[in-house]
Amino acid sequence: MHISEGILPVSWAALWFLVALPFVAFGLYKLKKLSAVDLSFKPLVGLMAAVVFIISCMPIPVPTAGTCSHPCGTGISGILLGPAISVLIAAVALLIQALFLSHGGLSTWGANIVSMGIVGSFAGYFTFRVLRSLKVSMAVAGFMAGLFADWATYLATSAELASGIKGDSPFLPLFTKILIAFIPTQLPLGILEGAMTAGMVVLLYRKRPDLLVKMGVIRKADAV
Amino acid sequence: MNCGLRNADCGFQKIIMVCAIIMLSMVSPHYSAIAADKWPGVDESVVEKYAKEQGREARAPYINTDQGDLLLFVFLLAGTIGGFVAGYYWRILMHEKAETIKKEK
Repeated sequence: MHISEGILPVSWAALWFLVALPFVAFGLYKLKKLSAVDLSFKPLVGLMAAVVFIISCMPIPVPTAGTCSHPCGTGISGILLGPAISVLIAAVALLIQALFLSHGGLSTWGANIVSMGIVGSFAGYFTFRVLRSLKVSMAVAGFMAGLFADWATYLATSAELASGIKGDSPFLPLFTKILIAFIPTQLPLGILEGAMTAGMVVLLYRKRPDLLVKMGVIRKADAV
Repeated sequence: MNCGLRNADCGFQKIIMVCAIIMLSMVSPHYSAIAADKWPGVDESVVEKYAKEQGREARAPYINTDQGDLLLFVFLLAGTIGGFVAGYYWRILMHEKAETIKKEK
């Protein structure tokens, strides 16, 4: 989903920066606030930052499409750390990738934060919360959160790309064309991301339910 | 499925198995035959392709590591550092803190 350097016109690139800025600022504020209250929060943030960085630049071959793509990781970070801090983590990961890995770009950093960081994190977070409130099991809620976080990210990328490059052509046909082009790769990768997310959530639930209670992911009564 | 473990661990084992099956199916010879010679990323095959069609081409990155094996090296370095960081915090969270909590109990 990384939109490469120079693809978006300056006006669109600036708009996405303006959209991303308050979310990143709020993420910084939340990180400072939560770290001051609870020291055990930092290892979890460190772990999730590394996970998001690695898996969002890890090309996975999808033989059904003959292409490679990557999961996003913002579904799991949104669930565990909350969407605000997840946006911050995604912003840092995307900046390093843009600077040193030729992935994305500095001018398109804002657009990539919006799609992967904001849309991905909030989609994962809300999917998980809604499903858990409906008493859906931890594994299924985690799976669906990872799946929707991934697909929502690519939906947002399609919208950003189509709006930025459409010129005089209508938005909707181009948006649909781009979205359809993503489907053969992202359909299976979304499922993989769902399985990865479910695996991590379930593992933490088994090993450190106290941490999930502390983070507000589950209630104390639900801890095993 | 009787995996010889308690239900919780059995459930987790199923998730791992599904992941493994998906990963294995991706590298199976059947799919490899269908796939093209190259394995372009969607950033190129979708994002850059449609941008080019609309008259907008990607510019070279400001720090261009996409030269020969340099990108491979940078990815390896990033994966190694990221892997160590993830492993370090995983250990703190899953072992050291879990032990501390057990002792406190």
